[in-house]
Amino acid sequence: MNRLCILAGLIAAVSMSPIAGQAPKSAQKAASKGTPAAKKPPAFRTPWGEPDLQGVWNDATSTPLQRPGGIGTKDVLGDEEAAEFQAQLANDLTRDRRDGGPEVDVNRAYNDHWMDARRLKITADHRTSLIVDPPDGRIPPAVPLSPERQKARAERAAANARFNAGLPDHYTDMSLPVRCIIRTDSPPYLPTIYNNDFQIFQSPGYVTIAPEMIHSARIIPLDGRPHLGKNLRQWLGDSRGHWDGDTLVVETTNFRTDDGVTFQGSNPETFKITERFTRVDATTLNYEFTVEDPKTWTKPWTAIIPWNKIDPAEQMYEYACHEDNYDIVHFLTGARAREKRGETK
Amino acid sequence: MCRRFRTALLVLAAIVSVSPAAGQQFPQYRPPRMADGHPDLNGIWQALVTANWDLQDHEAQSGPHPEVMGAYGAGPAGQSIVEGGEIPYQAWALEKKRQNFEKRATADVSSDKKWHEIGDPEFKCYMPGVPRATYMPFPFRIVQGSSPYILMAYEFTSATRIIRMNWKGEAPTPSWMGWSRGRWEGDTLVIDVTGQREETWLDRAGDFHTEELHVVERYTPVSPYHLMYEATIEDPGVYTRPWKISFPLYRRLEKNVQLLEFKCVPFTEDLLFGRFGKEAGK
Repeated sequence: MNRLCILAGLIAAVSMSPIAGQAPKSAQKAASKGTPAAKKPPAFRTPWGEPDLQGVWNDATSTPLQRPGGIGTKDVLGDEEAAEFQAQLANDLTRDRRDGGPEVDVNRAYNDHWMDARRLKITADHRTSLIVDPPDGRIPPAVPLSPERQKARAERAAANARFNAGLPDHYTDMSLPVRCIIRTDSPPYLPTIYNNDFQIFQSPGYVTIAPEMIHSARIIPLDGRPHLGKNLRQWLGDSRGHWDGDTLVVETTNFRTDDGVTFQGSNPETFKITERFTRVDATTLNYEFTVEDPKTWTKPWTAIIPWNKIDPAEQMYEYACHEDNYDIVHFLTGARAREKRGETK
Repeated sequence: MCRRFRTALLVLAAIVSVSPAAGQQFPQYRPPRMADGHPDLNGIWQALVTANWDLQDHEAQSGPHPEVMGAYGAGPAGQSIVEGGEIPYQAWALEKKRQNFEKRATADVSSDKKWHEIGDPEFKCYMPGVPRATYMPFPFRIVQGSSPYILMAYEFTSATRIIRMNWKGEAPTPSWMGWSRGRWEGDTLVIDVTGQREETWLDRAGDFHTEELHVVERYTPVSPYHLMYEATIEDPGVYTRPWKISFPLYRRLEKNVQLLEFKCVPFTEDLLFGRFGKEAGK
């Protein structure tokens, strides 16, 4: 009798949705996985059994990427030293000081009104650098550049100099963030003055990271599929993920070769970045990245940045950039006006 | 006997009978569920209608610069996706739409104040707003998990919007992709969209709205491969009554298909900013 019921159920199910057999894998998985009532699931798990990273996270901290000179070899500070270190960094980062002369003041135009207050605090573990490997907390020595890359760097430096002097020739003199092409949405994610929020979404087979600045979504498949073909490059690269225990490991390749796309001007052909996301507790996630590029650094290096869950009352909002990018026109018309007056510096 | 099966069948029948829209065209369908019991809408979806050129009936048309672009710039013919065929504009607004269309492929950013005055925002690579994002000729992904948020990620200019489920708070300020609040009505995801910037257009034909735009979208799974999409569009500043569009969304099924980048800012910089460069005009 029982068997008959099951059979009847099967026939009914099949006949009601005739093509269900071809339903996408993710849907099937989601439908078939149920949590057995007797077994208590481990903490921070999605209903389909993966570590749960969902939420809005903020990565702001004043702890510098590289350990500053003068602090010695200490990687972690005691309470008293930490307070002093934090005060010094906050003073260096603040934009409301008026002790640098008019030119410096102009560069501090984005004043403390814009500053994410979390950006003025060091990491809770009192580290002196975000870099944890090499142990000196510094980016490893650079490898000598090829003549072509040397030339490209010099050209970029000249464009930056024109821009900083208020005399950009063309919109291409401006950096990719100023042009609203990529901002803090390209890995690795590093803290900045504002908009340090990242919302993580998860769905069966995918982790999706939406950085607030600029409104892009990094959709990371976890099904072991190959990377995009080598002739299909993207501004944010191409990411593939997998779970290593409770840690999400993401490898990203296929970055575009445009100037300024890869981290710190590394070589797009040989640059490799691996990120590791680990849920620590209800309000903390550990973000670790390792970058390697034998054509840029003498060895790979690794940094760890704590991500803190934001107050649920706080929200992710749209960061539109290009849509009202008045700055580009202001910079360029300002430069033309200055040229007319014969100003060259 | 067989009670469990009978109960299940009754529940199924009840669900199917309240499921809206689909009825006319599609056989009854019960979509796969997420753990919370709601339909699983995850996937890459794309519209095949040509409404991005014109929501209403339109003939095949040349692009704005046929002398340069030839057939590359031309648009396909298409049937109206508007219920009743025509958008119920107030009389004055038709003239504004005509002007929009005439200047659709122009841009002038020399003044902050007049920055958005002419040209289709799509032409300038601005985020398209809702519902236009849904019927642009680009795919989008629905990301649905177990949080109170659903993400819609669009390929066009990497625009995204967060759907806040059962959310009370109003839009804090207008934005390009608007303020989206979602809820489930049976198997239909209903999204209420307000707080949209007045500058977005609805298509290349110059169809437009004001900041009072209120869109209610309905996404109903009707097969493993199709969502029926319906949107009610209301704006007392421009239209005489609310009106409705509907069309199917198709699941993208290619092996290893993924959302790619269409970061179009670099395609518009010469148009927008080239004339302010050093050599410009010489």
